[in-house]
Amino acid sequence: MTPDSLRAALRGVPDPDWLDAALRQVVAEPTAITRLFPAVGRRCGRAALPDAPGWTADDAARVLLLTSLPGEHATYAESLYRHGDAAERRAVLRALPLLPIGAAGVPLLQDAIRTNDTRLVGAALGPYARHLDPAAWRQAVLKCVFSGVPLAVVADLETRADGELAAMLAALAAERHAAGRELPADATDLLDRLTAALPREA
Amino acid sequence: MRIFDPHIHMTSRTTDDYERMAAAGVRALVEPAFWLGQPRTSAASFVDYFDSLIGWEPFRAGQFGVRHFATIALNPKEANDPRCRPVLDLLPRYLDKDAVVAVGEIGYDSMTPEEDEAFAAQLALAVAYDLPALVHTPHRDKARGCERTLAVVAESGIDAGRVVVDHLNEVTVKLVRDSGCWLGFSIYPDTKMTPERMVELLREYGTERMLVNSAADWGRSDPLLTRATGEAMLLAGFSDDDVDRVLWRNPVEFYGQSGRLDLSDLDVAEKVDPQTGNSILRGGS
Repeated sequence: MTPDSLRAALRGVPDPDWLDAALRQVVAEPTAITRLFPAVGRRCGRAALPDAPGWTADDAARVLLLTSLPGEHATYAESLYRHGDAAERRAVLRALPLLPIGAAGVPLLQDAIRTNDTRLVGAALGPYARHLDPAAWRQAVLKCVFSGVPLAVVADLETRADGELAAMLAALAAERHAAGRELPADATDLLDRLTAALPREA
Repeated sequence: MRIFDPHIHMTSRTTDDYERMAAAGVRALVEPAFWLGQPRTSAASFVDYFDSLIGWEPFRAGQFGVRHFATIALNPKEANDPRCRPVLDLLPRYLDKDAVVAVGEIGYDSMTPEEDEAFAAQLALAVAYDLPALVHTPHRDKARGCERTLAVVAESGIDAGRVVVDHLNEVTVKLVRDSGCWLGFSIYPDTKMTPERMVELLREYGTERMLVNSAADWGRSDPLLTRATGEAMLLAGFSDDDVDRVLWRNPVEFYGQSGRLDLSDLDVAEKVDPQTGNSILRGGS
């Protein structure tokens, strides 16, 4: 998803003039984002965007505000995340892969993954999670399985899932079976695929 | 019976409470920022508390189908501690948040000059941020505290219809009613107000501007006393519509003045029994 396609998908929001003015203001006066960011849900709504699957109006509009900043993206992302409510934090996490900040946002991902808020854990496992080292990434994927976050939200799952993740999933499956419980179907499917693809160890 | 608890401290409650509240008909609530029993020693401690009120606690409530809103303020008790005063400078950024529907709890605890100052400053914030205010009244010296509270509210210039004065009883009800402010009553197992006494006050003063809350927190309290009050009203001859007004429409009207009370996608339509025409009480009773 690019800023341009989010912009196009946001044409039908309840108050498009507010969003236009907010985006212009952020370009001219970047500090204005501090008060515009929390107001987005009230002005643009929180409905799913038909032209941007997986996106809501508030997430998309906040991401656009961040990508419209003329500079200091990492500083603003950090401050808006630290001072944000859960919806603002989720939007910052979703904006990270679209900002010119390299790996500077990784501490925010780590913070989100430490929470038990499934909205934040899920948002942390988008494309920007490529900056997470393999150990942290596997733990985060396992946490999704453990807390019922659908694995469909995990970016690069097929290419990054490895033997170590398979071993962790198998151990969780064994624990669940011992308790008479099952893994979610998407996790069982992933474990089956990984097990089939990996050479069996003696 | 659909219930909006306009004052309850869920941070101190368990998921069992959320489950029982949802089963009893509680669909939405407001959690005012207050003290935590153990006095805090720094503003940073408040940051974590406020963040929880707009982050983790709404998530917890959502798991039980309950919509969670908050009010944010430096409470009167801790306004007396110089280590906590810098909290006043942190408030503006929280007052911009979606689910923050009022400034509160503000008001008096021991009626000190420090409390005077924090109370006035935070009423000014309510005006500046176009938010209603939730005002706590002191548990000691209540009648005089209430008079002084109303004088400060009048002096602040905030519209009386945007202020709820809370924890009222038989002694303070008339004073607040005549002021034009909303009236909050905290129903407690054995102290502030009981369901039966509440019914008497509703008989005498009517249902207009009346808000009933459980104020349940870390002390001995009961989050289902809103429901118990609704049932006591029905037993005393009030109609389903009266109960709905006190337990749902009044709090929605009061906090709706914030412009931020988003109750969309919430299952709050009153279900009517096609046989009797009466509303069906939720929660299996």
